Formats: sequence, C-alpha cells, structure tokens
Amino acid sequence: MPDTTSKITFSDNNSTFNSAGVQFIINPYDEIALSKAVELAEGGKGTVTVLHVGDASSEATIRKALAVGADEAVRVDAPARDAWFVANQIATYAKDQNFDLILTGRESIDYNGTQVPAFVAELLSIPSVSIAKKIDISDSSATVEREIEGGKEILTTSLPLVVGTAEGVAEAKIPNMRGIMTARTKPLNVIPAVEVASLSAIKSYETPAPRSTVKLIDKDNVAQLVELLHSEAKVI
Amino acid sequence: MSVLVYIENVEGTFKKSAFEAVSYAKAVADLAGQDIIALSIGQVEESELNKIGTYGVSNVVTVNTDQLGQFVNQAYASVIAEVAKSKNASTVILSNTFSGKGLAPRIAAKLSAALGAAATALPTVDGNKWQIKRTVFSSKAIATEELSADKRVISLSPNAFEVKENPVSVSVENFQPNVAGSDLSTVIKDIVRATDKVSLPEAEIVVSAGRGLKGPENWGMVEELAEILGAATACSKPVSDAGWRPHSEHVGQTGIAVSPNLYIAIGISGAIQHLAGVSASKTIVVINKDPEAPFFKVADYGIVGDAFEVIPQLIEAFKAYKNS
Ligand SMILES: Cc1cc2nc3c(=O)[nH]c(=O)nc-3n(C[C@H](O)[C@H](O)[C@H](O)COP(=O)(O)OP(=O)(O)OC[C@H]3O[C@@H](n4cnc5c(N)ncnc54)[C@H](O)[C@@H]3O)c2cc1C
Repeated sequence: MPDTTSKITFSDNNSTFNSAGVQFIINPYDEIALSKAVELAEGGKGTVTVLHVGDASSEATIRKALAVGADEAVRVDAPARDAWFVANQIATYAKDQNFDLILTGRESIDYNGTQVPAFVAELLSIPSVSIAKKIDISDSSATVEREIEGGKEILTTSLPLVVGTAEGVAEAKIPNMRGIMTARTKPLNVIPAVEVASLSAIKSYETPAPRSTVKLIDKDNVAQLVELLHSEAKVI
Repeated sequence: MSVLVYIENVEGTFKKSAFEAVSYAKAVADLAGQDIIALSIGQVEESELNKIGTYGVSNVVTVNTDQLGQFVNQAYASVIAEVAKSKNASTVILSNTFSGKGLAPRIAAKLSAALGAAATALPTVDGNKWQIKRTVFSSKAIATEELSADKRVISLSPNAFEVKENPVSVSVENFQPNVAGSDLSTVIKDIVRATDKVSLPEAEIVVSAGRGLKGPENWGMVEELAEILGAATACSKPVSDAGWRPHSEHVGQTGIAVSPNLYIAIGISGAIQHLAGVSASKTIVVINKDPEAPFFKVADYGIVGDAFEVIPQLIEAFKAYKNS
C-alpha cells in the first residue's frame, strides 16, 4: 500500500496510479491480521502462513512479515489485479491446506473495497466476518465481535472461518532482532496464479474538487456560524 | 430482466440508508428500463413494508422464516441470490452497511456477477457495460469502475444518494427459500447498541474532537453540542488509543470513514490520516486555537479560538437557533 502520507497522483490520462516516488508499506489492517495470527499460534499452538499476491518487488515486505513471526510465506506470482482476482488466488491455495482461520485486513487503504474476506469465504463455502473488532478461538469454534451501525454484535461460528480484522483485534507487533535473523531462512514459496475472468476494471481516476477557501468566523461572534450553516451551507 | 434491491432492517425497522438504497435502485431501474423488486428478510411488520412504496417500489418480496430471524451473512446471501435468480434480476442493489459489506461479495460470487462496491452516484448504463463511481485511496481520489459482466451487484455508500419520494401502493409476496444447514453455522449471541446515540456511519451531523480537549473529563460539552444537533460523536485516533473515547468513535484512514452533511472538528489538527476518513463530508467546520492547523485548509468554516471558550458559546447559539 502507498504510505498513509503519500500524495496520490495519476498518469496516462488519469487511468493509472502513479507509483513513482511513493513509499510502500504493509496495509495497516493486514498488520493487525498478521499480529493476531502470530499471537494465536504462539507457544506451539499452530503455524502461520503468510500469503501475498504480487510480483517479486514485494519480497522485502514478505520477509518483514516473516520477521514478525509467521512460519512460512507463499507468493502468488501475479499483480493483484482486483479483489475478485486476489480472493480466487487465496481460495485456490487454501482449498487443500486445512487452515482453521484465514485472516485478512478489513480493507486495503488504497482501494478500500472490503471485498476479499467475503469473496474468499464464499469460494470456500465457509463462514466469514468482514469487519471484526475482537476474535477468540476455542477448539473448533470462534467468538467474534463485529461492528454494526451504532453498536456491536457478538457471534459464535464454526471453523474454518475467514475474518477481516479491524483496530482492536491485536496490537501491531514489531519484529525483533531474532525475528529478523530467522526470517531470512524461512521458506518463501513462489507459485503461479490461477486464471480468473475479469468482471470489472477501473477506467479512470479523478481527484476530488478542492474546497473553496475557509470562511473564518470571529470567536466572539459564533452566532454568525449558526446563521451561515443554516442559510448558506443549508445543513441545519 | 429486473433490478432487485435488498433492504436491511434493524430490529424490524428500516433506516434511512435502506430508503436511500430503495430510491437509488428505483432510479437505476428507470435508467436501465427494467422492473424493480424489493426484498426484505426477517420479521418486519406490514406497516413498515408499506413504507417501501413511498420511494416508488410496489413489488415487495419478504422472506420471514424462523431460521432467518437473525442476520447470518452466508444464509442471507444465499436467499438474496435465490430470489434474484427466481425473479430474473440481472442487477442486485444493497446498502454498503457493515452487514452489506459482508453480503455483497458473496451475492456477486453466487451470481457470477461483477461487484461494484461502495458506489457514490448513479451508474451509467450502456448495454452490459455499467460504470460506477467510488472513492479510493481513503477518499483522496474517485475512481470510475466499469462492470462488464451480464449481471452486477452494486452496494451504495450511506449518505451518498438522497431519498426520493414517489409514492405507490405496495403488494407483498411471501417467498419460501431453500436454506442449506451449512449456511447456518453462525449464531448471534448478543447485540449491544448504544440506543441513546446516533449511529456514526449514518449520521447527518458529526461532532468530533481531538487531543486539543486535553482529557476525557472534558467531553461533556462535546456530547451536549452533539445532542442539541442530533449528531453522532466521533474522535481522532490518539483520543481512542488513549482510552478517552471508545474505538468505535475513531474516524480516519484506520477508523470509520464518514460522509455527513456537517462535520464539526474541535481540537483536531487535521493530519492527512484523519482527513482521509472525513473529507467526503459536505460541510466541514473547524475549531482550533492554532490558526496554522492544517485542518483549516480543507474546512468550509473555521473559528480560531480556544475550544473551552468557543464550544459553550456555540452550544448557546445552537440552542437559541433551535428555539427560534
Ligand atoms: C498509519 C497511521 C494511521 C493513522 N490513522 C489515523 C486515523 O484513522 N484517524 C486519526 O485521527 N488519526 C490517525 N493517525 C494519526 C494522525 O497522524 C494524527 O496523529 C492524529 O490524527 C492527531 O490527532 P489530534 O488532531 O487529535 O491531535 P493533535 O495532532 O495533537 O492535535 C491537537 C490539536 O488541537 C489543537 N488544540 C489544542 N488545544 C486546543 C484548545 N484548547 N482549543 C482548540 N484547539 C486546541 C491544537 O492546535 C492541535 O491542532 C494515523 C497515523 C498513522 C501513522
């Protein structure tokens, strides 16, 4: 993902995201997912596999995920075209691996789709929670707190399960020295992508129209703000 | 061919976002020259179902079996896809609520449909090529996405499309779905709703405060202002990280993205990650004691001043306005 402070620009007549000079980071929500996975597997309770869809330029980022504590990594060797494509790659790989839990971030901070977790779960015919605030796993079931408008819902569900993680699920873990050393020798398998028919594509981008300059109101005349919100902005 | 709109109920009632989806779907059906059918799942009284007619949709299908009394995304997605197939719907529309986000991809996969998630405007329709607009890069850009399959699922962002009245009378049809047991492995244990509060993602007015308020003990005036305006309360990330406010109030790139008609930011500097979640607001008011605070650059109205002096005066001014 482009770093959160990146200036977002487009080239080729506004049809392509301009990645020149942009610093790339792990999606902050994926960091939460990874940290939760490592936390759940701690003490020999399980193993964590990191899966990434992308080209070889992402390998340093994958090593970072291994340094945080994942046991092995898989890179599907293809650009992450869209959510449907990525979900198919994840589901195809996961199908015969017997994972108990598949964690993703709730959304990516570039395309903000919140599509991957439910797509993956549907492809595997298993339950899912797209935006989870808390996850507890016991032998064969999970208790998950998910966000709803104006509150939260607590549900239990069977494993295997797909969960999209939001803030609160886990504290982001920072790799330590030992992690960084061992990450170099952990397995990173590169596998080919499966073909997926393309059903949608982004054609162009535009940047939102800038707001007109701010109208300043004197702090001793706040009634003027109320008047402007009513008669000019028409929002009250 | 028809357009099917799924309308979500919350404990038997339809919220504003549900009627936005109905109004949007009606406009889409008119654009595409197709019939429109609305679908409600779960226990909803007839008087509530009749409200759908207010927004121009007369054919209402309800699925009201005991099994589906509570929301299970796998089962609900199966039912919506089943109804879509049985009604020959090539377009399914729903609201991009928290539940909608879990449903839309599943419905799309079941129907081999293209998914247009979080649409912010009416699509353009050219045969099987539909184009929608949605915000990307955390509201820093707007993308035009082409859906090129012969079916499509579109989820509508809350607060993006205005409800449009167009009253017709409603006829209700009961539908008996085939729900597989394997779709029902999720059980809801508890739902906790802050009933006295306005829900943040759907709120038309949001009063938000940041680290400038110094500590949780000072939120009384924020809540009072919100109450007068019928607004939801929100906060910046460091405020929820410090435990001054719950995480559910955190807006921004790593929190909730909001798009109210009015966003009032008090003692928030306007960091780019905060703006990412609020810049889609129609009108932004910033109150900050630092005239150089970056938030003023994206604000419509600003007051340079100490929140502890300005907010109490503002509360009085809004009270006077409400009473006038
Ligand atoms: C990866 C990443 C993701 C992030 N995601 C988010 C996010 O989703 N949401 C978010 O909010 N932040 C996010 N942040 C943090 C963000 O960068 C800022 O640090 C944060 O928004 C600052 O919060 P603030 O404005 O409340 O505090 P500050 O930046 O400390 O600003 C306080 C403001 O209050 C003003 N002030 C002080 N006293 C008064 C007074 N008496 N009256 C009036 N004004 C006063 C000050 O002038 C100042 O402008 C993220 C950061 C990173 C690195």
